[in-house]
Amino acid sequence: MTNGVRRRRVDYELIEEMIAPGSRVLDLGCGDGALLQELVEQKNVVGRGVEINDQRVLECVDRGLAVFHGDLIEGLSYYGDQSFDTVILSQTLQQTLDPRKVLREMLRVGKRAIISFPNFGHWSIRLQLVFTGRMPRTRHLPHQWYDTPNVHLLTVRDFREFAGKEGTRILREVFLNLGGRRMIPLLENWRASTAIFLLEKA
Amino acid sequence: MSIDDDVEIRGQSVGLVEPQSFTFAAPPEPMLLESGETLGPVTLAYETYGRLNDDRSNAVLVVHALTGDAHVAGRHSDDDRKPGWWDLMVGPAKPIDTDKYFVICSNIVGGCKGSTGPGSTNPATGKPYATDFPMVTLGDMVRAQAALVDHLGIERLMSVVGGSMGGMQVIEWALAYPDRVASIVPIAAAARQSAQNIAFDEVGRQAIMKDPNWNDGHYYDGQAPASGLAIARMIAHITYLSEHSMREKFGRRLQDKDAYGYDFGTEFQVESYLRYQGDAFIKRFDANSYLYITRAMDYYDPTTRYGGGSLVAAFERLRPETRVLVISFTSDWLYPTAESKEIVRALKANGIPTTFLEVPSNYGHDAFLLPNDLMESAIRGFLAAVAKGGRR
Repeated sequence: MTNGVRRRRVDYELIEEMIAPGSRVLDLGCGDGALLQELVEQKNVVGRGVEINDQRVLECVDRGLAVFHGDLIEGLSYYGDQSFDTVILSQTLQQTLDPRKVLREMLRVGKRAIISFPNFGHWSIRLQLVFTGRMPRTRHLPHQWYDTPNVHLLTVRDFREFAGKEGTRILREVFLNLGGRRMIPLLENWRASTAIFLLEKA
Repeated sequence: MSIDDDVEIRGQSVGLVEPQSFTFAAPPEPMLLESGETLGPVTLAYETYGRLNDDRSNAVLVVHALTGDAHVAGRHSDDDRKPGWWDLMVGPAKPIDTDKYFVICSNIVGGCKGSTGPGSTNPATGKPYATDFPMVTLGDMVRAQAALVDHLGIERLMSVVGGSMGGMQVIEWALAYPDRVASIVPIAAAARQSAQNIAFDEVGRQAIMKDPNWNDGHYYDGQAPASGLAIARMIAHITYLSEHSMREKFGRRLQDKDAYGYDFGTEFQVESYLRYQGDAFIKRFDANSYLYITRAMDYYDPTTRYGGGSLVAAFERLRPETRVLVISFTSDWLYPTAESKEIVRALKANGIPTTFLEVPSNYGHDAFLLPNDLMESAIRGFLAAVAKGGRR
C-alpha cells in the first residue's frame, strides 16, 4: 500500500481508542505491523494481519506478528464467522476491487469493523476538479489517474449511504482535517480529509 | 585466495563438524513401529552446531528432505568440496544462527546416510535387511528423532524447521509432540502427498523394481539397481525444477554439438543434465532406501491419524501459543502454494498464530535449497521473535 507507513500516523490513536483491551483484532492491509504491534503491546489484544507486500510481511515477522501474505479477500476467507471482535481496514477501502464484498466479509469475520478512508468530497478536491478540470491530487492521494491504486474513491456521504444499503449500523464517526487533527463534525463532507467509521451489522 | 578471504569464508561457516551417532531401542526393547512391526537397535546419524544454552531453550531441529542427510552445514574435512546441504541457512550469523541456537539434524530412519535403514545389517541374520526391513512411516522417523532429542537432554525444541518431506515431518512433530515444540516452520511442503506426487513416486519406484539388478531388494552382495535408481532420480529431478528454470537453464540447446546427430545419444543439454544427476545420485543413495522413504511419504496423512479425516480437527492438538511460519514458492508445482495454504487454513481455524509467506521464485521446488533473501529474512526474523517470546 503506497500510503501504508504514513497512514498510521494519521489515524493510529483514533483507531486504538475504538479497540477494547484483550480483544481479538484483525488488521487488513496491516503494512509493517506498527499498529498491530501497538495494539498488542498497549492493549494486550490478540492480533492478526493480512498484507500483500512481502517486504512488509517480513517487518511484521520481525515484530513477532502472525500475518497472512496475500490479498484481503483471500485473507478474510481463512477466518470463521465472528472470530474477531474488530476488523480494521485503514486507508485501503478505496483501493479494493470489490468494496461491498470486503465490507460483508469484514462483518462476517468480525463483530465490528473500523474503516478509514481519504474523503474525496473535501473542498480542495472539489475545487481542483472545478478549476483545473483535471483529476484531483492531494497529499493523501498523490497519484496520477493512470497509475493510482485508488480505484474506488468515495466521499463521506457515499460511505454513509453505502453502509446503510449494506445493512450496517454506524456506531461512531471520527473526522480528521487536512492537518491530521481531529475536527468537530460540521460540514464534514466538505472539511474532512480523512474519515474513520466504526460499524456493526444492523 | 588471500588469507583474509579465507578467514571471512570460515567466519561465515560453522567450520569443521564431526558426524555423530546415537543408538537406542536395542532388543529386547525394540522400537514399535506404526505398522505394528518392530525395529531395533536403531542408530541415528546426527550432527549438532552451536551450543545448547543453560536452560536448554535454544534448540532448533532441522529435518531433511527425501534424499538429504544429517550434514546440514560446515565440512567434515578441509578437503570437502562442498559444505552441508543447507549451509546457506545454518551457521554463525546465518538465518538459523549457530551463535544463538543449538542446531540438530539427524538422518531419518530408513535412510542410507548413517542411520538404520534397509542397507543396514539385520542383527537376526547378519546380512543387510534389504526388503526384510520393516515399513517405517514419517511418524516413526519423528519418534526416532524425539528419542535423539531426549538423549541430548532437551525437553522442548525452540523450533522444528524443514522443507519438502522435512516440512511434512515438521507437521508431524507438532502433532505428535505438541508440548515439545514452541514453533514450527514447514517450507515447500504439504500436509499430505497429492495424487500427482504419489504418481511420480510410483514411477520412480517402478523404475527401481523393474531393474533386473534389484532382485527383490537383495542386491547388496552384487550389482545395485543403478539404472533404475538413476531413472527414478531423473524423474524426480524434473519435479524439483520449474518449466521456467529449465527453459532458462537449457532451452533447446544441444550438448557439445551444433547439429543433430540423428541417434539416441545425448543430444540436448537437458538430457545431459538429467543423466548427470542420475549418475551422481547412484553413487550416494541406496535404491531400497529410496523405495522405503517415498512409500513413507505417500502413506503420510495426519488427517486420518489425528483428525478423523480433517486437518482442522488434527491441529486441535496443538498448544494455542505454538507459533508457525509456513513458506511456499510461487513456481513450486510439486508442493504448490495451495497445499501450504491448506495447512495455514487448518491452523488458523484453530487460532494458532500462523504467518504465511509465498516467496516469488522461478526455481520450482528446489527454491528452498537456494539462496533467497526473502526466505532467509523470514526465517531469521521468525526465529528471533520466537527466541524473544511474548506476543500472541
